[in-house]
Amino acid sequence: MNEARAGEVIEASTTEFVAQCYELYQSPPLGRLVKTKDGPVDIYAIVYQATTSSLEPGRRPIARGQDEENEEAVYRSSPQLLKLLRSEFSALVVGHRQDEGLYHYLAPKPARIHGFVHLCSPEETKEFSQSLGFLNILVNTHLEVPLEELISAALRQMSAAQEDPRSFLVAAGKELAILLGGEFNRLKAVLERIRA
Amino acid sequence: MSEERAQRLGIVTTGSLNKGVEVKLDSSISVEDMAVGRYVTIEGEKRRFFGMITDISLGVTDPNITLAPPDTSDPFITEVLAGTSTFGTIHVSPYLTIGGDVTSQVEGPQPIKTIPRHFSTVNLADDQDIELVFGQEDETRFRIGNPLDMETKLCINMERLVERSTGIFGKSGTGKTFFTRLLLIGMLQKSRAVNLIFDMHNEYGWKSRTETGTEVKALKPLFQSQVALFSLDEKNSRQRGASPDFVVRIGYDEIEPEDISLLRQTLNLTEPAVEAVYQLRRRFGKNWLQQSLHIKDSEERGDLLSDLNIHESTFQNLQRGLATIERLPFIEAQVPTNAVSNILAQLDKGINVVLEFGRYRDITAYILVANMLARRIYAQYQERTEKAMGEGGAEPKPLVITIEEAHKFLNPEVASQTIFGTIAREMRKYNVTLLVIDQRPSGIDEEVMSQIGTKITFLMDNERDVDSVLSGISGKSELKSVLAKLASKQQALIFGHAVPMPVAFQPTEYGSAESYKDFLPGGDTPTEKQAEKDIEELWG
Repeated sequence: MNEARAGEVIEASTTEFVAQCYELYQSPPLGRLVKTKDGPVDIYAIVYQATTSSLEPGRRPIARGQDEENEEAVYRSSPQLLKLLRSEFSALVVGHRQDEGLYHYLAPKPARIHGFVHLCSPEETKEFSQSLGFLNILVNTHLEVPLEELISAALRQMSAAQEDPRSFLVAAGKELAILLGGEFNRLKAVLERIRA
Repeated sequence: MSEERAQRLGIVTTGSLNKGVEVKLDSSISVEDMAVGRYVTIEGEKRRFFGMITDISLGVTDPNITLAPPDTSDPFITEVLAGTSTFGTIHVSPYLTIGGDVTSQVEGPQPIKTIPRHFSTVNLADDQDIELVFGQEDETRFRIGNPLDMETKLCINMERLVERSTGIFGKSGTGKTFFTRLLLIGMLQKSRAVNLIFDMHNEYGWKSRTETGTEVKALKPLFQSQVALFSLDEKNSRQRGASPDFVVRIGYDEIEPEDISLLRQTLNLTEPAVEAVYQLRRRFGKNWLQQSLHIKDSEERGDLLSDLNIHESTFQNLQRGLATIERLPFIEAQVPTNAVSNILAQLDKGINVVLEFGRYRDITAYILVANMLARRIYAQYQERTEKAMGEGGAEPKPLVITIEEAHKFLNPEVASQTIFGTIAREMRKYNVTLLVIDQRPSGIDEEVMSQIGTKITFLMDNERDVDSVLSGISGKSELKSVLAKLASKQQALIFGHAVPMPVAFQPTEYGSAESYKDFLPGGDTPTEKQAEKDIEELWG
């Protein structure tokens, strides 16, 4: 498969990994399904956070555009900026593939550092989203990003790969309604963000 | 079993044997398609259950949904929530069960002693299920209608029905009379019992009319040879085009003090006046009525009253009452034939007897005649049954006595005195049962009511009537909700001895030419038979 390479793992744990993009600002969109490898195991994850910051933690960028005509000109006059900044994204592990089996739960081991991170193709996304078991992981994690935002973004991304996006969203909505049984307000927030 | 064809409704979530089980509907099933009174089957782990939907409700997983309802104009949100956060539940009262093993299959459905386990699948009952429970039309089973919202035939075992007394209740205009006709036909065709019908409104013998004025045939035109028409009012019968087989006349000497005590309310008699009747009977013997009425001489009367210790005003009260009876045109001093023996002779031959009252529809005449005749027939039956038990001879044919306005005979004040009270309580032993038709069942004595084996009830408004009909059966409150939701016409609930479980049903249509054909096997209506006979004679 000719899969687009989105970055490289620079930090990993069982539940998530952080990858750095090769190009500044080229991080995958929120909710995008990505994958990386740990030997024979493909680890699937959903992008939940993207940041762009200075390479050196103590050194913050300063404003440079006062005398420039537009934003592009800032980068043109200071080409070193592209090398002093970096874009990273974090992804939450939601499943893995091992020995031809696709599992919607955590992989036995975390991703490896310097493992390449690929964007999943629409076919692969569709295959992965055949089962909605990953929603349980999304619902039960604690992240900086509001969960409603992450879940709805992931479902919007996945629905784009479906032949019938609406029925996919209805099925996912029903699954969420069960998972968020006693939390109608959160369910409502998600549904309002994915309404088809 | 028939899982593949049955429509799945949902799964059992909670429940108890006493209160029935709660079923959560699948998201594909709309609560609006459910209806109380419909049948469901529950596929348990080891056995199968039959039950009835007795309540339908809406549920939510989170009370916040009801406090801040979602935007229902959005079909997406509505679709997602349907069956998940918002769902329908039905309350099912299980009544019968059938085990998976061979013996249970042979024995058929049994009353439940347990409930299905969690998450058992609930399906809408199909035709086969209904047949399994109620049986198919055969030599003893008669089709009385269809279960509500189903095309299946609902059959009841007529032999079983006539084993106990039966009650048909419902407010007026709900279809009691039409259904009674149907049931009488059923008894006539599918049971060994013969019927004696006290036909107050001339509806069961010859013909009557529907509310819209269409003419409807009753028993006699359909079953010429099996029904004898008796009339108290020959003129009226002939005016209506009927030709009675016998005209009933009643002699003064046939009236007994018990008959008068039964009429106490209708004749407006005082308690002492009823007491006086018994004294007069002792004094004058069989002819007491005529003699008491014709004491003119004040001296003779004074002597008599002081002798019997009857107060003057009491006697006047009694005389006024007795005069009402005397004015009844079918009461005569001398009667050539005995009505009772005529009726008994017909019943013995297996011929059903309809006694038309003609114009004498007032309750005095009805109570008097029905009670008098029934009492004598009772005595005969009792004697013959006891004789049969003693000498091992043939018992008399089972008899069903049909009475209307039953609360007049069976109210708590008179039930102990009338023969109908006795029949309802104990006459089953003597092969006699009652078919009572009434619109005020609350007026019927509780003890009698509890002895009515099978009850068929149409819509009723009055709370007390509903309570009295449903008294003493399990799952009363559930059935009450089914009963309350019956249509105002042509829908009824049957429960009790003759049916394995309660069922709400729509009685078979009665009154059109088509419907008559159904009752006559092979479409042999009398006219067709006659035509065939004519053709045969013509061509030799």
